[in-house]
Amino acid sequence: MTAIDSPVLTADGTPLKASLRRALRREKARAFLLVSPLLLFVLLTFIAPIADMLFRSVENGIVHDTIPRTVQALRNWDPEQGGSPGDDVFEAFYTDMVFAVERKSHTRLGSRLNYERTGLASLFRKSGRRVGKFDTTDYADAFTTLDQAWEDPRTWDALAVSEGASLPRTASVHATWREVVRTDGGDPLEEEPWDVLYAALYADLMQAPAGGFDNPLLNDARTAAAGLEPVSLREQFGAIDEDWLDPQVWRTIRTYAGRYTPGYFLNSVDLKLTADGVQYRDEGDRIYILLFGRTLYMSLVITISCILLGYPVAFLLANLPLRTANILMILVLLPFWTSLLVRTSSWKVLLQQQGVINDILVALRIVDDASRLILINNQTGTIIAMTHILLPFMILPLYSVMKTIPPSYVRAAKSLGATDWTAFWRVYFPNSVPGIGAGSVLVFILAIGYYITPELVGGTRGVFISNRIAYHISSSLNWGLAAALGTILLFAVLILYWTYDRIVGIDNVKLGG
Amino acid sequence: MSGLPPYASFTQKLWHYAFRVICGIVFFFLIAPIIVIIPLSFNAQDFFTFTPEMLALDPDGYSLKHYNDFFTNPDWQQAMWNSIRIAPMATLLSVSFGTLAAIGLSQPHVPFRRAIMAILISPMIVPLIISAAGMYFFYSRIGLQGSYWGVVLAHAALGIPFVIITVTATLVGFDRSLTRAAASLGANPVTTFAKVQMPLILPGVISGGLFAFITSFDEVVVVLFVGSAGQKTLPWQMFTGLREQISPTILAVATILVTVSVVLLATIEILRRRSERLRGMSPG
Amino acid sequence: MKLKKTVLAAAALALAVGPTAVSAQLADDITLVSWGGAYQKSQHRAYVEPYIADNPEVTAVWDESSYEAVAKLRAMNEAGNVTWDLVDVVASDAIRLCDEGLAMEIDHDELLAPAPDGSSASEDFGDLIVSDCFIPQIVYSTTFGYRTDMVGSTPPTDVCAVFDTATYPGKRSLEKRPINNMEWALICDGVPKADVYDVLETDEGQARAFAKLDTIKDDVIWWSAGADTPQLLADGEVVIGSTYNGRLFSVIEEQDQPVGMLWDAQVFDLDGWIIPVGLPADRLARAKDFVRFATDTQRLADQAKYISYGPARMSSAPLVGQHADLGIDMAPHMPTDPENAKNTFLYNYEWWADYRDDLDAKFQAWLAQ
Repeated sequence: MTAIDSPVLTADGTPLKASLRRALRREKARAFLLVSPLLLFVLLTFIAPIADMLFRSVENGIVHDTIPRTVQALRNWDPEQGGSPGDDVFEAFYTDMVFAVERKSHTRLGSRLNYERTGLASLFRKSGRRVGKFDTTDYADAFTTLDQAWEDPRTWDALAVSEGASLPRTASVHATWREVVRTDGGDPLEEEPWDVLYAALYADLMQAPAGGFDNPLLNDARTAAAGLEPVSLREQFGAIDEDWLDPQVWRTIRTYAGRYTPGYFLNSVDLKLTADGVQYRDEGDRIYILLFGRTLYMSLVITISCILLGYPVAFLLANLPLRTANILMILVLLPFWTSLLVRTSSWKVLLQQQGVINDILVALRIVDDASRLILINNQTGTIIAMTHILLPFMILPLYSVMKTIPPSYVRAAKSLGATDWTAFWRVYFPNSVPGIGAGSVLVFILAIGYYITPELVGGTRGVFISNRIAYHISSSLNWGLAAALGTILLFAVLILYWTYDRIVGIDNVKLGG
Repeated sequence: MSGLPPYASFTQKLWHYAFRVICGIVFFFLIAPIIVIIPLSFNAQDFFTFTPEMLALDPDGYSLKHYNDFFTNPDWQQAMWNSIRIAPMATLLSVSFGTLAAIGLSQPHVPFRRAIMAILISPMIVPLIISAAGMYFFYSRIGLQGSYWGVVLAHAALGIPFVIITVTATLVGFDRSLTRAAASLGANPVTTFAKVQMPLILPGVISGGLFAFITSFDEVVVVLFVGSAGQKTLPWQMFTGLREQISPTILAVATILVTVSVVLLATIEILRRRSERLRGMSPG
Repeated sequence: MKLKKTVLAAAALALAVGPTAVSAQLADDITLVSWGGAYQKSQHRAYVEPYIADNPEVTAVWDESSYEAVAKLRAMNEAGNVTWDLVDVVASDAIRLCDEGLAMEIDHDELLAPAPDGSSASEDFGDLIVSDCFIPQIVYSTTFGYRTDMVGSTPPTDVCAVFDTATYPGKRSLEKRPINNMEWALICDGVPKADVYDVLETDEGQARAFAKLDTIKDDVIWWSAGADTPQLLADGEVVIGSTYNGRLFSVIEEQDQPVGMLWDAQVFDLDGWIIPVGLPADRLARAKDFVRFATDTQRLADQAKYISYGPARMSSAPLVGQHADLGIDMAPHMPTDPENAKNTFLYNYEWWADYRDDLDAKFQAWLAQ
């Protein structure tokens, strides 16, 4: 039976199966080709920024980039032994700070660390002003008095090459120094050597045995160094502020030395990472749980208000003759289409203490002129204005669900003896629940991410977490925390969105009826 | 609902009217804030409330000075022109990319359709403050922050979901045998698209475009972060106006914008009806 | 021969015009960043209009972003795309920008014009050069205004009226930041003015200031823009509120509102220009040329015609005349006028630069609770 064994062939002789598969593949490729420009566009203009924000919420390169030597030295410090770190840490920190001050990055590091431990910003700024005036200048004086050659940057340049192995600190500090001088627009072969170089040289020399160098310049310096009064960098820092002798400060730096940190996320939920593990922040600093709670609470109140106000209207629209319903629908769509700023401005005008609502209430003698209602710059203001703004988003899905409930259901219930209330509650209402669900999720999603309206009418207590994000971006400059708060909000919204997709399906999103 | 049966009891009657009153109040709540600013924008005083002259309908209580201010003040004029320069360009981008993609998405076999759809719709779902924050950080890195194109690209991204949704909606009812018929009659794909498909989905494209336009035209959060003074749009000027220098000119602008929305709303409604009629989905 | 002549003429011209003209090609556009409102207008009329009259090829663009100048400059710097040429900031922001390497360090004597009597710019500005990057422009003060019709027969005379909710019931407006508020709280809690910053440096002192602010927390509307308090006062939304003295001047003298003004415990502050780091040579040259013009003695004195802020140069003070539109003498409206400056409070820049991050965090947490 050849008809069964041999495959079905198309006109050009290829098997039908292969031909169909090829056609399908071509169709898929074509569809993908049509979609890909937009996909690429959205990925670049929208998804990449979101990914960048996620990255910023954990990125923490600043500590490592600003004080690399200190970070390295702190690795060998065991905080459990008690007391502040060893002299090597202070030595490394001195070097790092000198260069950080020159690069003007120490205040930013201070601001960064201040998020984890208040007081560090001022500590870093203060120390930045003093670190150039340490007693290490004694070393410089001693060496230059000993031999004029030390004042010549070329001496250092040559030594860094020839004696790099026996003078490791000096070579490394010199390399950074050259780079810093160059970025500043200077010439490392002309610039007078800084104190920090002499300090490194002193440390290197004291490590070497007397007379252990081939270079007489170094041997002389070694002999001279032995006779110098050592400058304790620990005491130098301690003299600026005794906080530098507090092991907690160093533990904080050590804890946040990594290139990536969960610190911003912990901060977003009022926790902090300490050397002893994750802990609650101080009572006075705990605000984010409160703010998230407030955001959820207000969004919930707004959603419920929208249900209470939107349900009757949607019911009326769904049960009126189409022509009348269409006219009334304009009253719902007009606010939907009106600029958000317009609606917010009018609420600002209406709700002020000297505003229209209070004026009417006073004119009607409902409220005394002296005790005008405070409707703005608090939660009441935000809730009223946002309920108004989001109400159409509740009415429209409710209406489209109610439209599909056959009136015969209620009629049947009534004919079976149900009262109006029972017929509504047992028959109509359960059928409209999907509409409530869809509308509520939509309103809730929109509400928790709102920024403009709370900013303008919310005062200090009627604002959402989004206002906090904006504050951290443009005022406090704590971008990491802004990104972490944003990420949490984003995930909350995505979960809700997923729920919405489950209930309604994204494809069923309707716009303006 | 449309009327009360003659045998309705007293409670039923009471409830019937009470219900209508409740609905009336809600409608009032919806519309009053928008209506109230219109007369206030003609206030002859620099106040945000009705003056006694206005309540007495005295013509001296009204004036066009706030409108005059809008049309002569360089700040407002610059903001208006910026809006006019940004919104159409953003719309053009979202409509051209969006329509193409919507046609692709409506093909029967699209690989990863769900994932692609989720990505394309995401700008509508993600709260604006998060989009704004992300764009601010990212556009700063690549030097787009504070530039005209930065704002245009950001707004185009925000408008795309609306185009995708409206255009795919018109394509749902699209009878594919029409394109096949055109092809079998010898039309090449381009002709088929231009002569058969495009006229049918055009209402969807236009209303998607209007949505994208209004998204950009009304948008304030993203432009606040991504833009700089050179891109200050009308909503931005209103926002700073409300936050900083409250002047009744804002109410004049608001009234103008309400008028614009009414026109747009009417256009969309007409297009929607036309589209449904073309696709035979509704009688009339 | 002709060529040589031209070269000579050009050289002579260059010498005549001065050192700035020979340095580089000057850009034709300049983007100035300021605060908007009446203040920006005063800058426009006093500096930009005359500058453009002299240099018609220049177009000046204003950007009202001084409120978030630090954030935006950081973003621009990160992107390596600085679009601003001159930024008007308060002194504390200038210090911060300078610390972070976002503002250019300048040689005041080289960049700025000397005083008419020949003394150098740094002598003329004196102590007001609080940072190497800062080019002072005006002295302003933050002080209180009150509704004359809402305080009964006892108008407030000292700053502690803000904390006196019994005598002056109603809302009050304060700036949404710790600076100034913490100091006033301590002064009104009985701390001598000289000790304020020593007390504020301790945790107990900070707690004390917050406790004092707690007593009025529910009555405060917090403002973040200079125009808020004047508007709130004009609308009768608050009975007393802090703002910049120039804003109060325009509410009282220009808009004729029933508002009175307290000079007691006014806090002096400075505002001025900084040049961002990373400008291309031609734009930098233009920015320098403009700022030299805009901060000379006459220009600073001219600004006082439009707004009641004191010029930062000592040599400008005698030139301060009458208001350009109202024709009233401006000198008595200057915060620096001896009559007004009887009881001033000196704002400590260095201290705030050190403690700003610490206290901002605490203040914001306190606000949210």
